[in-house]
Amino acid sequence: MTPEFAVSARELRRNFGAFTAVDGISFDVRHGEIFGFLGANGAGKTTAIRMLCGLLPPTSGSATVAGYDIGRQVHQVKGAIGYMSQRFSLYDDISVGENIEFYGGVYGLSRAAIAAKSKSLLADLGLSDQRHLLTKSLPLGWKQRLALGTALLHEPSIIFLDEPTGGVDPISRRRFWRIIYELAEKGTTVFVTTHYMDEAEYCNRISIMHQGAIVALGSPTALKQEYGLGTVQDVFVHLITGTTDR
Amino acid sequence: MRRRLLAIIRKEFIHILRDFRSLMIILLMPILMIVLYGYGITLDMRNIPFAVIDDSNTPESRALVRAFSDNGFFLLVPERITREDVQRVFSRRSAGMVLVIPADFAPSLSTAAVTRVQVLVDASDSNVGTFIGTYSTQVLRLFNQRRGAAPPALITLEPRILYNPDMKSAYFFVPGLIALLLILISALLTSITITREKESGTMEQILVSPIHPVEIIIGKVLPYVTIGFAIGALILVFAQLIFDVPMRGSLPLLSLMSTLYIFVSLSFGLLISTVSKTQMDAMFRTVMATILPTFMLSGFLFPIASMPLPLQAVSQALPATYFLVIIRGIMLKGTGLAELWPQAAILAGIGVFILAVSIRRFRMRLD
Repeated sequence: MTPEFAVSARELRRNFGAFTAVDGISFDVRHGEIFGFLGANGAGKTTAIRMLCGLLPPTSGSATVAGYDIGRQVHQVKGAIGYMSQRFSLYDDISVGENIEFYGGVYGLSRAAIAAKSKSLLADLGLSDQRHLLTKSLPLGWKQRLALGTALLHEPSIIFLDEPTGGVDPISRRRFWRIIYELAEKGTTVFVTTHYMDEAEYCNRISIMHQGAIVALGSPTALKQEYGLGTVQDVFVHLITGTTDR
Repeated sequence: MRRRLLAIIRKEFIHILRDFRSLMIILLMPILMIVLYGYGITLDMRNIPFAVIDDSNTPESRALVRAFSDNGFFLLVPERITREDVQRVFSRRSAGMVLVIPADFAPSLSTAAVTRVQVLVDASDSNVGTFIGTYSTQVLRLFNQRRGAAPPALITLEPRILYNPDMKSAYFFVPGLIALLLILISALLTSITITREKESGTMEQILVSPIHPVEIIIGKVLPYVTIGFAIGALILVFAQLIFDVPMRGSLPLLSLMSTLYIFVSLSFGLLISTVSKTQMDAMFRTVMATILPTFMLSGFLFPIASMPLPLQAVSQALPATYFLVIIRGIMLKGTGLAELWPQAAILAGIGVFILAVSIRRFRMRLD
């Protein structure tokens, strides 16, 4: 039975000592949706995503991911999701091919499956001839797409991307988003945090976080209409500072 | 389960083998230390320079001086000195001992019941001072025997030194060095490899996969057991080749005990990695927590029985304390498990305890 929503959070909260990083957020993400998580640095995006991925237990509240409870079924959650963070998850000092083999192995894929996946991934990225190169010698944009590829080796139904395009040139960012669109078309749910406002426009729906709470949620078009502003950037600035940036 | 574990082990080996320079340092450092300690740091004394104030200046007094200078312990300084020079001689460190023979030495030898000579000792290093005192007494006893003088006491002591009859320092140092290096290297490698993954963010990427924390730990630690074992074997071979350090007990038993000790050390490294955020941090903590205590308090250099009670308590908590008893027992005395099982059991207990605590801490995820 497929659950109704890919991700569903209810009053999810996380405190670090006296500091509340995530202040009881509730939202639903539909299957095959590109869901954007916006917010300034320190708004609580990363903390929220880490709770959903089972890296951090919530202080209170609950959430289901792919139908599994993030408190009681962490193991199943982890098997169902892919995760790629702003910090590259690849090992710099081993080769491109070895990175793919390693992550395939960590997800319990068979040798044959890893070999097949590795071949098609490298072909997709145009890296077939570079598989023996050390990963650190790749340009940043390529590394990012390779990292995304390794996070998708086990064909997760949901992929969490935590600021995946930080520090990358516009061309590489565009290529990266093309892959995200392809994924969504194939039915993979994409949960992405970003602070590039142009990227927010590409999402089906966005939620804007401020000081640990969700202050707005809806499609970019709906939000722009609601506040009578022209771009998501204006909506964002309006919500965060209470003024429009004009 | 097995695929995941193998993936981690394989990757760890790739890391180790590809970083050739670090691997060489890890393997060569022990050999260098063995050579340094074995040759350089020695507790036996030879050729201690000594000066003579010979007020007697007779054939008898010269015979006494020869008795001192002929045995390899002492080396006569070719310099005539007087009583006024003693302070200067010690200050300049040109002699460690001054032998003072009184003017009435020769007549007293043939007539008096007891003849006195004076030995002045520079005991600014108390250990050396003690050695000089002991050696001087031995030299005088030999001198008396050769003159046919009756020994003053009826009971004579005939000590027989077992296990290390030549009192070679290498016998004493090599087992200690193995204990020190194994814990240092094993703990250091583990704590660094884990904190490195924390720093680079790859640990987070592994933790977000369905792999079990215990699989991560086993997969990361197992390759280093191999390295630790190789280091232990390397030290043993070199100790045998260069210093003839004996191996009187069972080699399989020593291997088994070393593996146990490596396991304890790796667990300790793991524990350190759970409290360290960076590699530098982990390195510093590991070095502080292993070298000094193992060196000073495990019985490596100083006997535990003569330490103050609080320090004895610390020494009881050190894995090296038990491993030293085991390795010295096996190598030098040929002791077996029948005598060594209490130490082995305590070592295993410490290991299980540390491992349990670190797995618990490790599981609390990366906050």
